[in-house]
Amino acid sequence: MVDIVKKETFDTPELSSNPSIPPIRVGSMDHSKPFVAKPDFQTSLGFPGELVDNWKDVALAKMEELLGKYRSLQVFMDSCVKCGNCTDRCHYFLGTADPKNMPVARQDLMRNVYRRYFTFAGKHFPKLVGAVDLTEEVIEDWYKYYHQCSECRRCSVYCPVGIDTAEVTMAGREILAAIGVGQKYSNEIIGKVFKIGNNLGLPEPALANTLEGLEEEVEEDIEIPVKFPLDQKGADVLLVTPSADFFAEPHVDGLIGYAKVFHQAGISWTLSSHASEAANFGLFIGNYDHMQKVASRVREAALELGVKRIVVGECGHAWRVAYSFWNTLIGPFDFLDPNYPSPQHICEVTHDLLQRGALKLDKSANDDKVVTFHDSCNVSRGSRMGNMPGGQFTIPRDLIRASCNHFVDMAPETIGEETFCCGGGGGLLTDDLLELRVKGALPRMNALNDVITDYNVTHMAAICAICKSQFSKVLPQYGMGMDMVISVHQLIGDALVFDTHH
Amino acid sequence: MIGIIFGILFYAATLLLVIGVGLRLRKYHKIPAPLVIPTTPAPITNRGVVGRLLREVVFFESLFKGNKWTWLFGYLFHFGMFFVLLRHFRYFTDPVWGWVASIQWLGIYASYAMIIGLLGLWARRFFVDRVKYISAPSDHLMLVLLIGIGLSGLSMKYIWHTDVVALKVYMRGLLTLQWQPLPTDPGLLLHLLLVLILMAIFPFSKLLHGPALAYTPTRNMKDTPREERHIAPWAERLDKD
Repeated sequence: MVDIVKKETFDTPELSSNPSIPPIRVGSMDHSKPFVAKPDFQTSLGFPGELVDNWKDVALAKMEELLGKYRSLQVFMDSCVKCGNCTDRCHYFLGTADPKNMPVARQDLMRNVYRRYFTFAGKHFPKLVGAVDLTEEVIEDWYKYYHQCSECRRCSVYCPVGIDTAEVTMAGREILAAIGVGQKYSNEIIGKVFKIGNNLGLPEPALANTLEGLEEEVEEDIEIPVKFPLDQKGADVLLVTPSADFFAEPHVDGLIGYAKVFHQAGISWTLSSHASEAANFGLFIGNYDHMQKVASRVREAALELGVKRIVVGECGHAWRVAYSFWNTLIGPFDFLDPNYPSPQHICEVTHDLLQRGALKLDKSANDDKVVTFHDSCNVSRGSRMGNMPGGQFTIPRDLIRASCNHFVDMAPETIGEETFCCGGGGGLLTDDLLELRVKGALPRMNALNDVITDYNVTHMAAICAICKSQFSKVLPQYGMGMDMVISVHQLIGDALVFDTHH
Repeated sequence: MIGIIFGILFYAATLLLVIGVGLRLRKYHKIPAPLVIPTTPAPITNRGVVGRLLREVVFFESLFKGNKWTWLFGYLFHFGMFFVLLRHFRYFTDPVWGWVASIQWLGIYASYAMIIGLLGLWARRFFVDRVKYISAPSDHLMLVLLIGIGLSGLSMKYIWHTDVVALKVYMRGLLTLQWQPLPTDPGLLLHLLLVLILMAIFPFSKLLHGPALAYTPTRNMKDTPREERHIAPWAERLDKD
């Protein structure tokens, strides 16, 4: 039945302007799993170094604990009716055809165990309800397929009872970490944040150096002394941004854009070396404590620097954590200026300035571009911008329209709340999952290809560090240029008119 | 005699249903929902949340965003059943309430809708490879049970007529704790038996999805995390650090 073939290479899926739902191919991604975290990284996060002897008891105890801590998990385990509405909604299923990548099947990997040990029907009639014993094979499947979910929540949009597979994936990863099988990529990164302050492990001197370099570069470029302040006490705004913004392409052009906006608007701002990271991989591994601990660095930095506002740079999951969770995790923000939302997204800041006429943009600066916009999953379905629902869709688009003359949206069923994940979110942006990332990008690549064909789109703007990195990597696999992806604030920065009288 | 057996079963199934669902919902109620996780865009007022939940219940809004066949069959089934249930009030009310009398005709059509919907949903479990893959035996049986209830009910209208007047006397008797004879037509007994089974398994099965919807954090939470903190009792220790 299931062929387990270790694939060293893989074929990039064919693009299609009229993609159909693939027939299921059992086991087609059974070989895909990320590297397991080394014992050192496990233990430094308080998890067992390797698979514990009594893993079954520990796993079930952890599951019971989580069922009692998260109403979402308990309700989601009970209420799936197997209607199948989610089955063709996951980008990883659409790109791989592996049935275990259908959201309901992914949930069932845990639900079947839940039923066996925690429900009357599953204890007494396991075959009838599809309940299964917790075996090593099941754990294997969890490790594989809970790392083929980017926690993008697209399935939750279509579920008639609102089941969000992301919650199940997070619980799955939390249980795996608790028995000693954590994921290398995410856990190493969380370790770096605790030790150094950011995902990239960039220490303070290196960061200061990088920012100085940026100042010189920008001044050379536009002959205006745009500053990139670090650890400046008494600044009004603390900018917390994904560390990829400090030097990765195209991220850094976004950072330059934020700096130009602050400069032109006359807002005093600073970065912090203590909280030099907006990303929060605690979300990905489903661990509340780590998420809180990562986030608390932001509160500490804000208090230490005495800022009045906290602004978050372009990063999808970071914005979900910041917008939806920070107030709960590290609030209250009663020490900040109540005239501004806390935290505030950089797009909200720029949008607000534009509306007040505080910024002038010259759209013709971007006349060489036909731009489309990729809604990031966590921003779209896990957060908001502005003061009304859906602001997370209109505000970035307003910014793009204000900064360039040629903007076109991709197909409506691939944007907004129905947006497709880039394929690299949720802790999967690692080269050991490259096949998954390429295949998972298929739905977005199809939609992008359509607007390239129909409207000669040249650039896809994004507001997420993971999306930007992922697209830079997978666009070439589909025969498109890696530099197609740009930051929204690059468009802003390039179109910004500097008023020297300011 | 058979009337007494069914009567006892009815009381038992009703208790099981009410207490079972009540305990389950109490459990949901007691488990905290840490962190604000509505699927956004989400309402920012309580009124908005009520509206969102109502749209889910009345229109199956989220289901509609996906596969239209699933929505259509699901909708036919659920709302067919809803009107069939309303029609059944005539067996419990004396005199029959005016609006119950006036929807009797609708109830018949509704039963067709219910069965067509169920057959459509069942067909998906055979013919759509993805849905087939996720179906456990219980998923099939649940549909068989509901189809059986529908067909046995319709059989009394078209094939084996039952003594509706006597049935009503029996049902009124159950409501007032008096034993009355139950007509023993096979169609009726089968119908009642299947309904009893449905009531009994309701709290222990996926049928709970109805009441559980109200407890789904992705649908019942307000999108106001910047305005209000939302700390679960178990997370308070972290807040004090």
